[in-house]
Amino acid sequence: MTYDFLQHYWWFIVSLLGALLVFLLFVQGANSMIRSLGVTDEGRRLVINSTGRKWEFTFTTLVTFGGAFFASFPLFYSTSFGGAYWLWMIILFTFVLQAVSYEFQNKIGNFLGPRTFQFFLVLNGILGPLLLGGAVATFFEGSNFLIAKDNMIDATSLTPIISRWANASHGLDALLNPWILILGFAVVFLARILGILYVINNVNDDDIRSRGSIRIIGAAVPFLVLFVAYLVHLLLKDGYAVNAEGYILMEPMKYLKNFLDMWYLAVVLLAGVVLVLWGIIKTIVSNKYVGGIWPAGIGTVLVVLSLLLCAGWNGTAYYPSTAELQSSLTIANSCSSEFTLRTMFYVSLLVPFVLAYIVYCWRAIDKKKLDKEEIKTEHAY
Amino acid sequence: MLHNLLLNIDAGTIDWSRAQFALTAIYHWLFVPLTLGLAVIMGIIETIYYRTQKRGDETAALFWKDTAKFWQKLFGINFAMGVATGIILEFEFGTNWSNYSWFVGDIFGAPLAVEGIVAFFMESTFVAVMFFGWHKVSRGFHLASTWLTGLGATISAWWILVANAWMQYPVGCEFNPDTMRNEMVSFAEVALSPFAVSKFCHTVTSAWIIGGIFCVGVCCWYLLKKRETKMALESMKIGAAVGLVAAVLAAATGHKSAQDVSRVQPMKLAAMEALYDGGTGQGLKLIEGIEVPYALSFMATNDFNGYVPGINDLLNGYTRPDGTREPSVDEKIEKGKQAIEALAAYRKAKAEGADEAAVDAQLSIIKANMKYFGYGYIKDKAQVVPPIAVNFWAFRIMVGLGCLFILFFAVVLAGAYGFPKQLWQKRDITALPAWHYWVAIALIPLGYIASESGWLVAEFGRQPWTIQDMLPTWAAVSDLQSGSVITTFFLFLVLFSTMLAVEISILLKQIKKGPDASHE
Repeated sequence: MTYDFLQHYWWFIVSLLGALLVFLLFVQGANSMIRSLGVTDEGRRLVINSTGRKWEFTFTTLVTFGGAFFASFPLFYSTSFGGAYWLWMIILFTFVLQAVSYEFQNKIGNFLGPRTFQFFLVLNGILGPLLLGGAVATFFEGSNFLIAKDNMIDATSLTPIISRWANASHGLDALLNPWILILGFAVVFLARILGILYVINNVNDDDIRSRGSIRIIGAAVPFLVLFVAYLVHLLLKDGYAVNAEGYILMEPMKYLKNFLDMWYLAVVLLAGVVLVLWGIIKTIVSNKYVGGIWPAGIGTVLVVLSLLLCAGWNGTAYYPSTAELQSSLTIANSCSSEFTLRTMFYVSLLVPFVLAYIVYCWRAIDKKKLDKEEIKTEHAY
Repeated sequence: MLHNLLLNIDAGTIDWSRAQFALTAIYHWLFVPLTLGLAVIMGIIETIYYRTQKRGDETAALFWKDTAKFWQKLFGINFAMGVATGIILEFEFGTNWSNYSWFVGDIFGAPLAVEGIVAFFMESTFVAVMFFGWHKVSRGFHLASTWLTGLGATISAWWILVANAWMQYPVGCEFNPDTMRNEMVSFAEVALSPFAVSKFCHTVTSAWIIGGIFCVGVCCWYLLKKRETKMALESMKIGAAVGLVAAVLAAATGHKSAQDVSRVQPMKLAAMEALYDGGTGQGLKLIEGIEVPYALSFMATNDFNGYVPGINDLLNGYTRPDGTREPSVDEKIEKGKQAIEALAAYRKAKAEGADEAAVDAQLSIIKANMKYFGYGYIKDKAQVVPPIAVNFWAFRIMVGLGCLFILFFAVVLAGAYGFPKQLWQKRDITALPAWHYWVAIALIPLGYIASESGWLVAEFGRQPWTIQDMLPTWAAVSDLQSGSVITTFFLFLVLFSTMLAVEISILLKQIKKGPDASHE
């Protein structure tokens, strides 16, 4: 295993975790529609209890995504998290609100009332996907940061800091870029689509299922418009390339070139889009079809995976700096040492085992679909 | 350094970043020990349920099932806050300590990633089976899930404590002047550092103490109210047994931890003891003016006449009994500056394509002084003295309460089993005067105070270092305006405090409601 292979391998693992995270945002998507999917109190509880059995996976994947990024590309961790401070803090804040909302909302002694926590779930359901989607968009659109490793040897300065944001907004400036917002909102609507498909599959309730198959149109149309717009923009825009000497330069239609050079990623992207469309369309046209979450979920993973790999592979700077081109991060200049990447490679071999027991447990719990009777008699939120 | 002109930072950023991390860590540690402690207790209770069910004793099995479900409910209410505060801690390394994240991310990131892959998924997968699987999976699978939830939480503790131990005692790494960071050279040294082993054992056993105290305290409330007597008595036996074993183990592992600190963080030990001028045969202060002769030397070195340096010795340099000399802080600062200057010269020489001999000469200076690299950022030797009063009192509170807990659990266990018979012949632990139960209930907050005090010693004692002798806090922080950090500090303070209040309110109501009473 060469250092170059390990860098590419770890970008793949981080991209896979990112793709799984976007899929698991179905929890947020469904929560953002608590009121429109579950019209009655009972209906709302069904939706909340349905996502309440999966929220830990989304949360854990977010934490593991962060941990894996820290271990494999620490310069991204220090630059993006320390620089885009407000962007990440708002994301974290809403995820904290979500984490406690399930357990607390319907318990006696909750002096804030269930509606407070339902509001928190909706807030996280919208802001979480929007800001995470926006963060992904910065991989293509760039961020306003500077890196100077030699600052560490300036012992006379108050603080010898390597990475810094080049403006005072600390990440909120990203929201002024319309393309970042477009991808952010595309992820919001994608999360809603996946949320509806998940609830249709997981909740055994005719009212919610029929309502879901109608509501999905309202999410699918804006998603497709926004996603196609961003995809066209991405393929046509100038990209951030890195040459063999590690020098960063702008290259016309770099991401289109990446998909042509790495044709297999283009195949994965197209297959993913087809699967997402298949899941949506079949759910709309067939009243009895409840399995749309599977093709759409797998399709989502494939689409996001191909986009993230396109951002980092084939001589591309995955975290471009709009303040100073040469500060841009590539998988080579921001990664951990060869020893650490190799050690972590062996740890990553546990991932299939972890996935296997997750699938086993998930199937065991979901064998019987959630219904009104269960939330009256069993442990429920 | 042109780029430094763009710095947003001021002195307040450093202190508020420290305060924010401390706030998050303190809140996180309010929830995690109960998770770890209750996981063992409810695992034991469900195992008893499983065994009684297997024996065919339906009545007893129903009782133990209800008891297990009751403790799992309390576990669930507490669990979410531990998870929520944990994610903030992980990301704060990046958001508030960005230089730290790069300078040691090559080593520090690995335990966090392993924690995510190995522990968090185990915990989050099986906790769902534990809560929602009672009628969906077999009894054996459910029991395994309960234990695996606790095991996942414990493995998670292992990896995060490996990371924390590395900050106290950085091993298994080398500085790379080309990448300007420390890089891992031995994963085994990092993951199996003796400091990490002691820290894990001490921390996890202290968490079990909290589980025990909480369990016994809740049981005593039922005995006070003369409700759920059977469940209270049976749970109390388990809680007290777990607590007693844990408290004794915590004392033993605490002794080992003290020796580790004495070896690798002598300034922390000196601050814990407010020991200014050290020597051999040092006594342990109970409080200022009262001391146990020779006890500090024994605690630190396992030898009643062992040498323990004081703060002044460490600042000014001293000679050990074996004749070796520890440099003064001023000498260390000088060596640290030489390392930083040589690093600058090394990078300049490489950038200008200087000959190999010139580059190697600088590299030799870096290597010779790298041990004291962090001291190069120290302006004045007084900066390396941690806050003494906090360390001194926090250590005493932790040890004093730890001793009290051993006594408490021993008495409760003896009372629950009626041992010795002569003493308990005319007494019934389920019908004691009310103040007995109130004492047990009052010990619940004391358990948390002891545990948090332990962390105060560990973290305040390391100051001003984020990584011992390698990186002071002001060289580790992110480039942020203090206003941003102050805002998020108060946002988190309000959020965590409100959620803590809701959690306590829900816990109290749930305890008041009691278990599903099918066995009564």
